[in-house]
Amino acid sequence: MAMLSVQDLHVSYGAIKAVRGISFEINEGEIVTLIGANGAGKSTTLNTVAGLLKPESGTIEFDGASIAGVQAHKVVQRGLALCPEGRRVFTQMSVAENLEMGGYTRSDAENRETLERVYDHFPRLKERRGQVAGTLSGGEQQMLAMGRALMSRPRLLMLDEPSMGLAPILVEEIFSIIKQLNESGTTVLLVEQNANMALSIADRAYVLETGTIKKTGTGAELLVDDDVRKAYLGG
Amino acid sequence: MTDNAPKGEARPVISATASKGRTGAYRRLPMPARYAINAILVLVFLVVGELMIDGGAISRYQSTVLEQVGIYIILAVSLNIATGYLGQLPLGHAGFMSVGGYGCAIFIVRMMETLGVTARDFVTGSPVCGLLFVGGLLVGGLCAAVCGLIIGIPALRLKGDYLAIITLAFSEIIRVVMLNIDSVLGFKLTGGAAGLTGIPGYTSFLNVFVVVAVVCFLIHTMMKSRHGRAILAIRDNEIAAEATGVNTTYYKTLAFVVSAFFAGVAGGLYAGCIGVLQPAVFGFMKSIEILVMVVLGGMGSMLGSVISATFLTILPEALRAFSEYRMIVYAVVLILVMIFRPQGLLGSYDFSLSRVIERVLNHDFPWGKGGTGKGSAPDAADHEPSETTDAEEVSADAGR
Repeated sequence: MAMLSVQDLHVSYGAIKAVRGISFEINEGEIVTLIGANGAGKSTTLNTVAGLLKPESGTIEFDGASIAGVQAHKVVQRGLALCPEGRRVFTQMSVAENLEMGGYTRSDAENRETLERVYDHFPRLKERRGQVAGTLSGGEQQMLAMGRALMSRPRLLMLDEPSMGLAPILVEEIFSIIKQLNESGTTVLLVEQNANMALSIADRAYVLETGTIKKTGTGAELLVDDDVRKAYLGG
Repeated sequence: MTDNAPKGEARPVISATASKGRTGAYRRLPMPARYAINAILVLVFLVVGELMIDGGAISRYQSTVLEQVGIYIILAVSLNIATGYLGQLPLGHAGFMSVGGYGCAIFIVRMMETLGVTARDFVTGSPVCGLLFVGGLLVGGLCAAVCGLIIGIPALRLKGDYLAIITLAFSEIIRVVMLNIDSVLGFKLTGGAAGLTGIPGYTSFLNVFVVVAVVCFLIHTMMKSRHGRAILAIRDNEIAAEATGVNTTYYKTLAFVVSAFFAGVAGGLYAGCIGVLQPAVFGFMKSIEILVMVVLGGMGSMLGSVISATFLTILPEALRAFSEYRMIVYAVVLILVMIFRPQGLLGSYDFSLSRVIERVLNHDFPWGKGGTGKGSAPDAADHEPSETTDAEEVSADAGR
């Protein structure tokens, strides 16, 4: 059975329909990516799964239980963590405090343990643990946002545009960490505009266009797909 | 005197002692010691104040001003929860204050009738009066908290200017209700425009001081707890807070209600201090006055609120000799502060006596810091991580 299963999801912002009938599935242990242009509905889909937005219709099931319309802070408790677009770290708190906030739903003992694991994945955060998050570089803030999401010990980690606004070298670093996280047992749902990078690490991918799914396949298949190449990979 | 000390010579001595103290992590005071230090400090202030009043160094008039200082400190510190910590902009604090004031005063006056206590008993200070006083403040606070809940649930769906307008409108509604409820519904409750009179003078320097200390302590501990951290996270980034598992609706409402509760307590003290409650006092200018104190002191700084509430209460009194010009001076001071310190007097900095003592213990001074080079400020931004205490220290640092 799929870990996360989304069926015929519709989401609107007032009169504007952002997502029109999307269905997709994620199995335990996979990296699945949603790619597509600006306004295709990728972030909307992710935010709806995370509970930040309410679906208009459709079902969202996590481990067989419906989470459609469940508030975000309760979704976190079920083992789904969202690392939101644009990082959104707590700029006035230190790195350590940000991570501690990430473990808000967990006990102190669990957090101490998770913290070590997060620092293993992101040694840079350990070096900077006392620094105020607002003064970190973009790449470090992205790492912090991911680390904060990991602090809730998610079984499914949802990443919204982790490469946004980062230098190519940092993008590679972030993606290798995503791969690493996946290998250590976290299922990943990745939303990306950087289709090339996303497809190269993804097990499976869905291509979104104006709120619907246009294509689906394994990462390797879509990387060589003519339509995808033309539309998202620059020829 | 420190500036001219030849640094080359002074250094080795300091660093020798400092590195001895610094073999492990930065030395910290245990929590009981911190509480003890603060308790002693508060007691010293209280005893000095009481002695000065008894000895006649502080006149009757001056001690009334001090009571008002305390009342404004509570108002500013409580509004700071909603503005500084939660990051919202409510403009109806005077409304909560008036609900609390009326609630407390009516409760005490009615209970006096049933218990047969006279106003004179409050001067001599019988134990019943002490109970009435505490009960009255709690009733006042609870009335205000209920209003805070009623207004908070719908209002907190809005942000910024919209929230300001809705809370402003709410406090005007309160004022008009207090003004007219008697004549419209035929109650004998608030006394209408003539005001509620016959309130015994249950407010004194001593009990204002104690209430201020208790309120500051409660707010401080709340902000240091995980609840406080959740509130700070909402201010920093509401979406991220929700995504990390904070129930943002609950905590926004909680902060709002707690803020209203303490405003109500301040209102109760105010009623006993002035002796008369008139709805006109709790107009919209009162809310602005309190907001100005918070902004002037620095949003999110408790000490800032305390200092600016003290300063802005005493300033107009001290300037009484200049009669009409005093409001101009008041305004000029505000304008100057906002131009030169837009973040408020203290920004978001909060003073901690125990931190100062820790610095002295560690020979760590802002001027020519002793020792190993690193670590001038043991703030949240830079604390030596000692593995096990790390998490605790972080949470201990949160409320600042």
